[in-house]
This record gives sequence, structure tokens and C-alpha cells, in this order.
Amino acid sequence: MKAPSASPSAPVTSPPRSRLRSLALPALLFVALAILPLAALAASAGYVLDLFTRVMIFSVAALSVDLLIGYAALVTFGQAAFVGIGAYAVGILSSHGITDALVALPVAMTAAGLFALLTGIVCLRTKGVYFIMITLAFGQMAFFTASSLAPYGGDDGLTLADRNTLAGLALFGRPLVFYYVVLAVLIASYALCRSLVASRFGRVLRGTKENALRMTTLGFRVYRFQLVAYVIAGMLSGLAGFLLANATEFVSPAYMSWQRSGELIIMVLLGGIGTLHGAIVGAAAFLLLEEWLAGFTEHWKMIFGPLLVLVVVFVRGGLIGIAAALGRAVARRFGRG
Amino acid sequence: MSTTLLIVQILNGLQLGVLLFLIAAGLTLVFGVMDFINLAHGVQYMLGAYLAVAFYGLTGSFFAALVLALAAALVFGLLLEVLVFRHLYGRDHLDHVIATFGIILFLNSAVKLVWGAAPLSLPVPEALSGSVALAPGLLYPVWRLVIIGSGLAVALLLYVLVSRTRIGMLVRAGATNAEMVGALGVDIRRLFSLVFGFGAMLAGFAGIMIAPILSVEPGMGDTILILAFVVIVIGGIGSIRGAFVAALLIGLVDTLGRSFSVDILRLFMASSTARTVGPALASMLIYLLMAVVLYVRPTGLFPAKGR
Amino acid sequence: MTKTVSMLATAAAALALAASGAQAQEKLKVGLIATLSGPPAVLGQQIRNGFQLAVKQKGGKLGGREVEVLVQDDELKPDIAVGKVKAMVERDKVDFVVGPVFSNILQAIVKPVTEGGTILISPNAGTSNYAGRDCNPNLFITSYQNDQMHEISGKYAQDSGMKTAFIMAPNYQAGKDSLAGFKRYFKGEILDEVYVPLNQLDYSAELSKIAAAKPQVVFVFLPGGMGVNFVKQYRQAGLADTIPVYSTFTVDESTLPAQQDAALGFFAGSNWAPNLDNPQNKAFVAAYEQEFGAVPATYAFQAYDAALLIDSALTATKGDTKDRDALRAALKKADFVSLRGSFKYNTNNYPIQDFYLTKVAKRPDGKYQTEIVRKVFDDYADPYVKDCKMK
Repeated sequence: MKAPSASPSAPVTSPPRSRLRSLALPALLFVALAILPLAALAASAGYVLDLFTRVMIFSVAALSVDLLIGYAALVTFGQAAFVGIGAYAVGILSSHGITDALVALPVAMTAAGLFALLTGIVCLRTKGVYFIMITLAFGQMAFFTASSLAPYGGDDGLTLADRNTLAGLALFGRPLVFYYVVLAVLIASYALCRSLVASRFGRVLRGTKENALRMTTLGFRVYRFQLVAYVIAGMLSGLAGFLLANATEFVSPAYMSWQRSGELIIMVLLGGIGTLHGAIVGAAAFLLLEEWLAGFTEHWKMIFGPLLVLVVVFVRGGLIGIAAALGRAVARRFGRG
Repeated sequence: MSTTLLIVQILNGLQLGVLLFLIAAGLTLVFGVMDFINLAHGVQYMLGAYLAVAFYGLTGSFFAALVLALAAALVFGLLLEVLVFRHLYGRDHLDHVIATFGIILFLNSAVKLVWGAAPLSLPVPEALSGSVALAPGLLYPVWRLVIIGSGLAVALLLYVLVSRTRIGMLVRAGATNAEMVGALGVDIRRLFSLVFGFGAMLAGFAGIMIAPILSVEPGMGDTILILAFVVIVIGGIGSIRGAFVAALLIGLVDTLGRSFSVDILRLFMASSTARTVGPALASMLIYLLMAVVLYVRPTGLFPAKGR
Repeated sequence: MTKTVSMLATAAAALALAASGAQAQEKLKVGLIATLSGPPAVLGQQIRNGFQLAVKQKGGKLGGREVEVLVQDDELKPDIAVGKVKAMVERDKVDFVVGPVFSNILQAIVKPVTEGGTILISPNAGTSNYAGRDCNPNLFITSYQNDQMHEISGKYAQDSGMKTAFIMAPNYQAGKDSLAGFKRYFKGEILDEVYVPLNQLDYSAELSKIAAAKPQVVFVFLPGGMGVNFVKQYRQAGLADTIPVYSTFTVDESTLPAQQDAALGFFAGSNWAPNLDNPQNKAFVAAYEQEFGAVPATYAFQAYDAALLIDSALTATKGDTKDRDALRAALKKADFVSLRGSFKYNTNNYPIQDFYLTKVAKRPDGKYQTEIVRKVFDDYADPYVKDCKMK
């Protein structure tokens, strides 16, 4: 089975200047997200905060997917399970009266990480499409387990009495505070992923993506690197789940469905794989388009579907690819002029 | 757990198995020969069922509807190939995923627009309705036997086609090394279109045959698509034989698991616990099976050579 | 770069929308959230159609105020539903939210809708927790408490002297509640209690079990496409002529167009049927069929009643929605002529109403509908009300 080839937009080596430029777009993104609430509140459109909170939460999950797909060629089709596990940790703890984030967050991330470790040991024996399907298998098992958790609502899900407190303070309950908490988490996750892929660890990981055999003969225990990446991605998704449970004040097996895992992949591909900020752009584009098109017609998928096809057929490297191509065109014109 | 019940359940498992085979065969061929992940295969199954209902409404005859729907499924498959898939051969698998996912969204929504959201149905052909007694006290619906029979017939036909004809030889060669076949001067493009159209027709056929049993509704292809992927992965991608074995295996495990999991669990635990755990376990069983198979054999049961 | 711009543009568009919302205070805004995509879309459409039909018949006004109905699809995803209702409440400043179809969505949206004082009217889902310990002054149900629909079959089987039953439902909370509801009144022997995976397509395994068990009655709760598949396969297996089927949400006007003759003679428990004999119902069914070309099911009539409920309350408050206490009191009076005839609210805002056994029949015009066989419960209140602290 042919491993997904290197994406054209994945920077393998970055000379200092282009690295500076490659940080410009993410920085712009974060600045825009940081000033958005000011505009929203000025127009008393608190609803926009909720929408973008959701966008940022899915961005965290999409980041974890991009870490695996874009840098390790591990196409995970079960990532929603980790999101769900993180969400259920919040829900289950809160139904037992434990509502502080200082407990819930570590539990959520540890539970997701453990699940990633156990399933990763099995999944990473396989490659390519087989890996896609085996991660799906574990995702489905998690889904059916959650659906049968009768004490925690089973298929109907579980309503949280309230959002988590932070060291006893009810900060998350205030939309604006929660928004900035999520933004901070997103920036931290992004910085973590960025430094990971730039580190030796990341270079080995990318090396295994290009040619796993070469890395093995060079003496690297490829399997271990991949497993660590898989666990980190799992924990990040667990973190997203923790945030999602708090945002919706509700947890449900639906958070773990394979459709959700598929949507996470689509978000990353739409934005452009192997760039990290592409995952954020993709998540935003996916969710905002969904929101916007659904406002026009209930048949919005008839527009959204062909749009995806067009993006794939005519654009390489997703939306980031479009931006990069436009950027190059502009630069060329100015270069000549 | 009487013998009669067991026999009936085995037949039911076979029927699900051959249905899965009809879908998985096309999927595994397209995947094997063109290295193309076609998520839209499930909506082709759905479309087969819708077309059958539509043509039945026009002609009033099941068999006319069958023939017309098959032809339409073929045409539609070729159309998709020309419009979308052709541009994506040789591209990254992930490009296939996103494009065919887009097609799923579009078609699921389109059938809802054309035929409405309410489930539709197709009657069983008069001559083949009702049940037969296979043994005293063992009634079985004729139509389900027809599905099993026609599924096995298609399997046999495929076997002959693939192992005894020139086209089959090219397909086998293509599954092992497509570039080599192209280099040998075979019109690989035409071969691709042919395989693709044939696969679409098989999926359509499955949809038509199942329409009298299941409700025809938007999204009916999504679940079956996942099952079909489970089948081809367990069987080994590109292998028709693997798809056949795995399809029957999945059909039997799923059906028998559903019917007997609670009874078996009751031997070990309280009845009420068994009732809760049993169905959850039964739903997971095929995924568990896939995980175990892939753990032991990371490229499936019958890996096609050269991959 | 372009992405950033377009994101800002979207934000700006949302802001503009919010601003325009502030100007149009005069119109009454009702948010309608239902499942409009995927296989269960037909149920959501019935709710939307039923509600809009009522608004149309009232001349586009409820309680004398012009109405704007904002329809949203919850996609049967709880987190999407939460996002949509938050937008309705905060951006669109709706006074009422009507919906949803499914219990799991109801669980997700009650809190975000009602915590700010917006009224939620559920035209279908009525879970036990909101009837009892979680009862909510801003939540009104125009359907029933879920258990009651299943209790009808259990009660009738018991009353007609059935001794053995085979019962089956999907493996999720509503499924378990349904079988518990049946067993609450049926005291005969349960030969087997089967939970199938949600959205199971093929019932051959279960049908073989039924044939082997030979019960006097089969009770099933298999909503939507599951019901279509089960009924067709039950008929094909030759069981339909020997063992009667009692059911809930398995044969109704949303599934009958697909089940057709296969469903003839199947029984169901319901709070209403298209042939329920009162003038307002006759007019409603005729108008619905005229408008949408299909026979209405319970979803449509309950949504129609939801509109009448809003209309009655606003008439009482003279169109005022600001005084929430007065509005809630007016809603609780339920001062309207329900399509089902007798209707009043219990202290938990769930209806007290009659329930019937119905049977599938083919009408002279070739369409299918459920028809009332007999009344099973009279002015029946759910038992959970004792856990509700509301007065």
C-alpha cells in the first residue's frame, strides 16, 4: 500500500526568512481571533462568541489530526473517540459531583492518552488504509461502549449541571472568559505542535513519513516515535473533548461517531495538511460554511459537497494552498514590477 | 437455541454476507486496480435502490425495473468516473477521500430533494414472495433465498471473469502492478473505466436486490459503506477471493452475534446485565474481529501480491 | 490571508444580522428546531409543516402578532443543536423555541434555551426526567410523556387477556423506557426481551426467534426506517397473519407510505389518529393533505397544537411576551381547542389527555393511515409528576 505522499505544502526545510513568513499567517489568525470578541460585544452579538468558541475547539481536535496525518502519515479515522472520551470524563465526573477543571482536565487528557496508548500499540502494526480502518474499529468500539453506559444516559447523553469551575471559581460560565480560555488553549496547542514538529522528534516523524524503511535502517525505533505521536494527538483530542463538554454543557455518544472522525479529516484536508494552521483554517471554514449555507437552505449539502470536490480537483494543498498560490502571484508581480 | 433457529440464522448470515460481497467486490476492485478510495460506493448502492423504485413506478414490473436500474447505475457510474474520478487517479488517497465525501454529501441531499425524505419501498416480485418450508417447521422467505442465490451466482461469474478471461488477467495484473500493465501497451484508461462501471453496477445491483427488504431512504449507503470497507480490509485489499470470504465471515458473525450474544452471556452473568452488555457487544463484534485479524495479519487474510 | 478576511466578513455579517434583529422588535420570533437531514428528516418536516400550517391558517399571526418562524436543522447532532438554539436565543432573540424531534436533542437544548427565560415547546420528545425531578417552568410539552405511548399497548394486551408476549426495541435509553412502559401494565409472561442495535436494518435474526417462541402478541418500538424494515420483513416471514403486533412509532403516517399493505392490521398506541372524530381535526387533516400531499402523523398535529398553544397564550397576554410570569401562566392554562379534543396541563407542564389503540387501514382513496380502535386511557397523567416540585 502506497503511503500518502508528502503534501506539496509541507515545508521540509525552512530557511529563517520563510519560517518568519510561515508564522505570519498563524499569528494573523490568532490576532483576528483575539480581537473578534471586541467587535462582537460592541454589536452585542454574543452568539458569534459561541460559534467561534466551537470553531476553536474543533481546531484543537483538527490540530491533533494534522499532527498525525500531516507529519506522520497516520490517517486516523477514530479521532472523535478521543474527543468523546475527554467529554465523557467531564460528564461522568460532574455527575459524581466533581466539577473542578483542575481534576476534570487531567483526567480527561489522561483517559484519552491511555486509550491512545492501548489502541496505538495494536493500530500501529498496520499501515496505510489498514491503519485507517483499524482506528475506525477502535473508534466504533468506544462509540458503542458510550452508547451502552446506561448510568450516564446511554444513547441520550448526559446534561452537565454546570460548566467546570477553575480552582473553585465559576469562570467558564462567562462566555467571554471561556472564549479566551479556549483561545489560550488553542494557541498553546498550536505552539506545542509547532515545536514538536520542529524538534528532532518531529524530524524523525517526518522522516518516517517519507521513508519508514530508511529511518529504521538509520537505527530509529520508528514504532516508538509513532506511538508517542499517537498518544500526544489522543491527549490533545481529549483536551478538545474537555472543552466541547464545557461549551455544550452536554455529552453524547454522537461526539464519538465515525462521521465526526471523518469530518475532522475533512477539516484538515480542506485547510491543507501538514501545515498545522491549515487545520485551524479548515475547521473554521468547515464549521462556518456549514453554519452559513445551512442558513440559506436545508439542502445546503448539495452546495457543500460539490465545493469539496472542486477544491480537491482544482486546488492542491487545500485553502492554505490557495492562499500560498495567491501570495506567490502577488510576490511575483511585485518582484517584476 | 434450537437447531432450526441456528439454521435460519446461518441463512440470514449468508444473505447479509452475499449482499456485502456485492458491494465489497466493486470497492476492492477499484481500490486494488486503480489504487482509488471510493467512498461514494455506498451512495451508488443507495442510488441503485432509488432507481429501482423509480423505474418500478414507471413500468410496474420488477424485472423491467431491475434491468433499467442496472443500466442507469452503470451509466451513472461511468459519468462519475468521467466527471470526477478520472481527474484524481494517481493523486494522494486523501484527495480521493475528500472528493468522494463531497459526492456523498451531494447525492444524499439530492435524492432527498428528488424523492423526498420519507422512506420508499419496492414490493417483492409476486412470483418470488412468500415463504418456503425448507424443513418441517422451518419457513424461510423466498426472496432472501433469491438474494443468496444471485449473490453466489455473481461471485461465480466474477471468479470465472477474473481467472479465465483476458480482461480478468489484465485486472489481476493491474491489481498487482498497474504501471507495468500500462507500460505493456494496454489502454489502462479504458480498463479503469470498465472496472469502475462494473463496480458501480454491482453496488447498484445490491441496492436493487435489497430494496424489497429494506426501506429505501437517504443515507442508506453510509452504514453499508463502512461495513464494506471492513470486509475488504479483512479480506485483503484487491482480492476478490478475500472479499468473498470476509463478506461471508462478517455476515455470519454479525447475524449470529446479534441473535445469540445475550443467550451466551446469560451463561456467565445475570440476565439483566447480559441484556445490556449483549447488544453493545454484538454491535462491536465485527470491529473486534477486524482489529484481531489486522493485529495478526496486518494486510488482511488474502493480501494481493506486490503490496 | 484570504481566510482571515473571510472569517472577519462572516463575523461582520453575523453582527449585521444581530443589529437588524434589534430593530424588528414588533414581530414575534419563533425558532423551530427539528431534524431535517438524514433518514429521520421526514419527522422533522412533519413538525415544520404542522407548525407552519397553523401559522398560515391564523393569517401569519399568533395572538395577533405577526410571526416570523426561523427554521433550523439540528442534524440529529446534540452539539450542533446547542449551537443553533443558542444562536436563536442570543442572536435572533426568539421568544419561543419549538422542537425538537428526538429525546437526546431535547436533553441537550433544554438548558441553553430555558435558562435565559425563553420558552421551549416540545412537539414530540417528552422524557421522564423533565416530567419529574428536572421539570422546568419554561418547558411545555404538547405531545405526551414518552412512557405513556408504550403503556397503551401493555394495558390493552393485559385487558384483552394475552398471556405471553415477545418485546423488542433498539438498544438505547428510549428503547429501554419503551419496554419498561409496556411491562408496567402487562402482567403476562415475557418470553423474550430483545434489544437490537440502533438503526439495525435486517430483522431476520429476531423474526426467527419470534417464530420459534410463538408468543400471543409481539410488542415493538422501532421508529423510522427501522419500523419500515421490520414491518416488511415481518410480513414476508409470514408472521403477520398469525401473531398480532402492538407497537409505538413503528407504523404511523410517516412510515406507512413505505410500508403500505405490509402494515395493514398492525396495532399502535397513540394520543391521536387522523380519523379522530372532531370537527377541528377533520379540518386539519384535510388542510394538511391539501397543502403537503401527505397524510399527517402525530408529529404534525402536535406541532400544530404547539402553534395553537402559543396563539392562546399570546391572546391572553394581549401579545405581551415581556412579562414571563404572565406568559407562563397563560401557557399553562392551555386555553385552546386541541386537535385531540381533551387537553390540559398537569403541574409539570406535561399534558393530561386520552390515549387510544389504533390500527393501520387503507383508505378508500388508496392512502394509508392509522385509525382509532378504542380508547385505552382516559385523562391520563404521567406518574413522574410526583417528583416535580413545580406547582
